Amino acid sequence: MSEVKPRRIAAARQMKKVMADHFLGIDAASKDPARKVAWCTSVGPAELLQGFGFEVYYPENHSAILGATRKATDYIPHANAVGYSPDICSYLTADVGAFLQGYTPLTRAYGIQSVPRPDVLVYNTNQCRDVQDWFMWYARHWGVPCLGIQTHRNIGPVADDHVASITAQVERLATELEEIAGPLDPDRFRESVALSRRCSELWERVLCTGAARPAALTFFDGTIHMGPAVVLRGTQAAVDYYELLLAELEQRVADGVAAVEGERHRLYWEGMPVWGKLRPLSQQFLELETCVVASTYCNSWIFNQLDPDDPFRSMARAYTELFIVRDDAVKEDYIASMCEQYQVDGIVYHDAKTCPNNSNNRYGMPQRLSERLSLPFLVINGDLNDLRCYSEEQAKTSIEAFVEQLDQAN
Amino acid sequence: MTLFAGIDVGSGYTKAVILDEGREVLGSGLTHSGANFGEAAERARDEALAEAGADAQQITACVSTGYGRSNVTFAEARRTEIDCHARGAYYHFPRAMTVVDIGGQDNKVIRVDATGRRIDFAMNRKCAAGTGSFLEEIAFWLKVPLDELNRMADRSTDASVTLGSYCTVFAKTEILARIREGVRADDLARAAIDSVARRVLESRVITGSVVLTGGVVAHVPRMKQTLEGVLGVEVDVPPSPQHTGALGAALVAYNVAESQQTGR
Repeated sequence: MSEVKPRRIAAARQMKKVMADHFLGIDAASKDPARKVAWCTSVGPAELLQGFGFEVYYPENHSAILGATRKATDYIPHANAVGYSPDICSYLTADVGAFLQGYTPLTRAYGIQSVPRPDVLVYNTNQCRDVQDWFMWYARHWGVPCLGIQTHRNIGPVADDHVASITAQVERLATELEEIAGPLDPDRFRESVALSRRCSELWERVLCTGAARPAALTFFDGTIHMGPAVVLRGTQAAVDYYELLLAELEQRVADGVAAVEGERHRLYWEGMPVWGKLRPLSQQFLELETCVVASTYCNSWIFNQLDPDDPFRSMARAYTELFIVRDDAVKEDYIASMCEQYQVDGIVYHDAKTCPNNSNNRYGMPQRLSERLSLPFLVINGDLNDLRCYSEEQAKTSIEAFVEQLDQAN
Repeated sequence: MTLFAGIDVGSGYTKAVILDEGREVLGSGLTHSGANFGEAAERARDEALAEAGADAQQITACVSTGYGRSNVTFAEARRTEIDCHARGAYYHFPRAMTVVDIGGQDNKVIRVDATGRRIDFAMNRKCAAGTGSFLEEIAFWLKVPLDELNRMADRSTDASVTLGSYCTVFAKTEILARIREGVRADDLARAAIDSVARRVLESRVITGSVVLTGGVVAHVPRMKQTLEGVLGVEVDVPPSPQHTGALGAALVAYNVAESQQTGR
């Protein structure tokens, strides 16, 4: 099979700059006694923290960088050794393990010596319980407060009482944050919510270019370009970046330019990325002329419920309507509608060993959706960060065999 | 004479099959894969050619499969072993069926429709339990060759002995405990073979016609009756089950050559 080169996205250069500015900005803030740093979970209350003037740092993003740079597996054992099981979130274990060893990939990338010391850590358990344990570890280490929102789980339709309960928690959080950072700036808060909403709308349109035939964007592109949507939502920098990226991708759609040359099959990816294997997986799909056109994962940073005129309630609703906190019936309906919108030929489920909340293949969903949608599926065993749980040969063979099966079906 | 070759470079053994224009098997080869898959592929091919009384120049098309499929430099195309085992099994049993391939490193459950088209497949999870290497480990532990494991199991008299562990390492520890308890080695051998068959059960709901392929049943023939007992259905085994993947690859080679000839 000949070497096929992936189609480059020109905006990536600007993204690198935006991300560098973000990390260097936080590093500077952490060294400035007049400024405050908050650590926040990836779908935590970032807008509120910005309303208090915090620089916001996201450890999940940091751990994903550990994974993508193939360093995570080296550091996970160090967290295991202090009592954090290899069976729990490998974002947690990689990040804590790297910290224990005094390592951060930010040094090589940006010359930053260490992750920023927080003044407060703020989580939302909408992702999972592990984020709370993760943040508590650092809170104990630094002797700083760890505050959080406890989100309901397995939610069917989101009811007013769900939203009311989370709104009350966000409001209580604001009171607690006041003691650390002084009064909330309501204008800055509303502005942050408005910018987050704008960022989210643009990011959604970016992802929608994958619905074009041929798709202008792959899931693997999405995992890279989602960086600003995760760590810079609530800022103008993210909005500016997605306007640039969207223009490029919409031009691709207008010109009929394919992200995967000769696109023959279109797939949906359910589950986490295998961060340390993004490139070989992307390359394999490219060579098989198969485009992974959409995913639950990349779409999880779309928060169009955010409303600057009702910031507390709309934040509560946005972070409760998330896919990951919903019950299987809602999740199935969501995936079914995505498969229809993106016209996919099959679904790939990534069963991530250490991330049960993002592994939706464990309770019969692939079989139910396959029957409902008449779509074939494939389950890949792996992990987000711990490459000890991933058999590259087995995954490659499974993917190749799945595409052979799609070829036969045509 | 125009010939078609299929090479299956597996984790333990490399297999080759040569077909003639009438898709009849003229020769086959089998060799240890070792550390150089390219050389193993040549050895297996040459052995198959010698049996066929032919030489390499007569091969019109060659297709490779198996873990080392990319290392076969003289193959025109490659296919996964999932595809090739399905094709090879269908060659012998042309009907809707479930192919159960138990190989050295993995097992696969492949559903095929009445026309030979693959419907779906499942592979074992990342663990040696349920594969040939598990039985090799157990044979090594009991200090007997793999073929002897089958004979020992045939002599088993106590069907109540089972291995319940999910993992090869735990199963070995379990065997140690059973030995300590005085359980006979023959019963342990049978329990190990039973446990491989039970791992197949968890892959998919299996009904209807079942065809068992791969290297394990070639060395451990009682796997057929064991699987029949576990699945509750009759299980067919093709002639030379270890060569099923190579046969499937040779059939792809035949199709590739035919489509090139007809311009399709």
